[in-house]
Amino acid sequence: MKRQIPLVLVFIFGVLLAIQYFIPSEPSQKGYEFVLDWITIIGIFAMVLGIWSQIHVGYYKIRHRAEDWKYSVVTMVSMFGMIFLGLSPFGGLQGTTFRLIYTNIFIPIQATIFALLAFYIASASYRAFRARSAVSTVLLVAALLLMLRVIPMGPLADPINKIGSWMLLVPNLAAKRAILIGVGLGGVATALKIVLGIERSYLGKD
Amino acid sequence: MTLHDRLLALDRRWVFGVLAVFVIIPVFLKFSVPITPVKEVREIYDFVEGLRPGDHILLSLDYDPGSMPELHPVAYAMLEQCFVKKLKVITLTLSTTGAQMVEEAIKDVADSCRIYHGFTPQRGIDYVFLGYKPYPGLIILGMGMNFRIPFPQDYYGTILDSIPMMRGIKNYDNVKGVINLSAGNVSDYWVADGNARYGVKLALAMTGVMAADYYPYYQSKQIFGIIGGMKGAAEYETLCKNPGKATDAMRAQVFAHVVIIIFIIIGNVAYFVGRRKNAPTQESR
Amino acid sequence: MEQTASMSTQIWTTVGIFLTFCLFSFLYKDNPFYKFAEHLVVGVSVGYWAILLYYTNLRQNLLDHLFQPGTWTPKFDELYYIIPALLGIAMWTRFSKKYSWISRYPLALFLGISSGIAIPVTMKNNVLSQLRGTVVGLGFDWSTSGFLGVPQGFWDVVVVVGTISSLIYFFFSKEHKGAWGGAAKLGIYTLMIGFGATFGYTVMARISLLIGRIQAIQDWWKLLG
Repeated sequence: MKRQIPLVLVFIFGVLLAIQYFIPSEPSQKGYEFVLDWITIIGIFAMVLGIWSQIHVGYYKIRHRAEDWKYSVVTMVSMFGMIFLGLSPFGGLQGTTFRLIYTNIFIPIQATIFALLAFYIASASYRAFRARSAVSTVLLVAALLLMLRVIPMGPLADPINKIGSWMLLVPNLAAKRAILIGVGLGGVATALKIVLGIERSYLGKD
Repeated sequence: MTLHDRLLALDRRWVFGVLAVFVIIPVFLKFSVPITPVKEVREIYDFVEGLRPGDHILLSLDYDPGSMPELHPVAYAMLEQCFVKKLKVITLTLSTTGAQMVEEAIKDVADSCRIYHGFTPQRGIDYVFLGYKPYPGLIILGMGMNFRIPFPQDYYGTILDSIPMMRGIKNYDNVKGVINLSAGNVSDYWVADGNARYGVKLALAMTGVMAADYYPYYQSKQIFGIIGGMKGAAEYETLCKNPGKATDAMRAQVFAHVVIIIFIIIGNVAYFVGRRKNAPTQESR
Repeated sequence: MEQTASMSTQIWTTVGIFLTFCLFSFLYKDNPFYKFAEHLVVGVSVGYWAILLYYTNLRQNLLDHLFQPGTWTPKFDELYYIIPALLGIAMWTRFSKKYSWISRYPLALFLGISSGIAIPVTMKNNVLSQLRGTVVGLGFDWSTSGFLGVPQGFWDVVVVVGTISSLIYFFFSKEHKGAWGGAAKLGIYTLMIGFGATFGYTVMARISLLIGRIQAIQDWWKLLG
């Protein structure tokens, strides 16, 4: 019951939903609507697990005085503070302080974390982007040509733009298409393995 | 220690410093960078321009503050273009932390319309913001049946049926097209679950990191246009004759690209000089 | 009044810029300011998300079906929504050693439905449409001049050859030797041009994010102005 019923459920719903794609009849569409509605709701509850997990990790670190536990206090205080300020008496999603924190704390920090990557890609370009072999030289030249498109090159601008467009629409297209086809076949194979009960890791142990 | 040894062992903080200087300098310089819109950007612009007042268009703004500099300019230019053309704009976000950012962008553009075009787009009449839902694939599939499945209410809690511009709008059949601004795999869901499943007329604006990966969809006509990164955003602003932050940023882009290309050249020259010098030593061993 | 609002904006924006510099300080070396900002954003984002999830998801998609909007008075006409709610709550048993098996039921439903939907859609989107694009979508037009003045039909053939050779490179069930190995080699060169294009775009993307912060600092400076 603990393992077999979930496997049967996966199989039944997997097969039904796969077949549904080919049956555009009214009852089939209604059933499909129903399933989408319910599965979204179930998914919302799964999201709560993520929040709970965050609380659990923070609590554990603080309780056991793990390394950098003081920063976990920052995380926990800011998280509960944000939840508190987002409650209805303070205006919910339209609460003034809630919105100010999003705009003036969340946006700058998140944007800057990603901005740091600019420095690391510059460093990587300098230290690691080498023409060590014919294959890496092709990669390097392709990257350089794409980068040159951004720089105004006077009379060279037009040919460089043309090379860039050609690269994107011929070799890049072929390469990315092969990857897409590979990913697609892999995705279908994985989905089939789940539906047929070959892939069972989601059941966990015991 | 020879020069090439020194170059190879250069502390990365020098690289950081040089890049920072060359990104900051253009802020104080005034020069314009020629921007020539490419075909795949122009096609999106032409599509929006070709719509008639009152037509519905869906803008799925699926990015978060981490990608603002690349996608916010497109959102601003496109929203203003839609409002000026009197289109009915359905907006939503499938990005975890983007809801308030998108809401504020819409308000900013509405303000801009009031100042520069003499009218203020009205919520519920000219645009609707449906808000955020998790699981992009399921949400896109749900909207294909009925917007009311994933979004029974808009972001502000208004029942969808009581919103004037949503009356009679059931699913993708009632919108002229979808333009997805994305900083992640939501684009994949839009192509698969929106286009492949329901035949949605779809175009993508995306971060530079993703752009090259979506050309197969463009060639196979699963999408009708691509706006790739800040360059694409600047091209879209140019087409809209509405230069904004992306156009402004292209000056710094030019400087930064020159610096990085120089870094690559210096790094390679030092590497080859070092390799040549080390070669006899290895032979003598 | 306007002066106060302006002062408030200045203070809040300054906080944002201070945090920006806290993060940039990491470029010199790891330090408490960076760590503080990093942990702060985790808490704020989870808190924001929790509230967003409650108001625009749990409430709109579930609670308003079960209760009169804005109250806890039950609505009986859509009582069947209790079923997905119970299935959703069953997910939470994941953390219990004794009852975690219960979470397998909703998880199985979720996986079964997602996989079932994905099979035909992925096949059509990633495989069939791409194959169609490669064969039918390309015009093989030998009368139109393409890149370098070469007929476009030639470049269409290059796309076909590039796609097939790249696929061969990923096919490891047959040893990459002889003609097969040659095709795989052509595939790896094609893939490298693709990755090079991605790298070129990535440089622009990363620089864009840095420029965004510089623009934010510039805006703040003007605001203080």
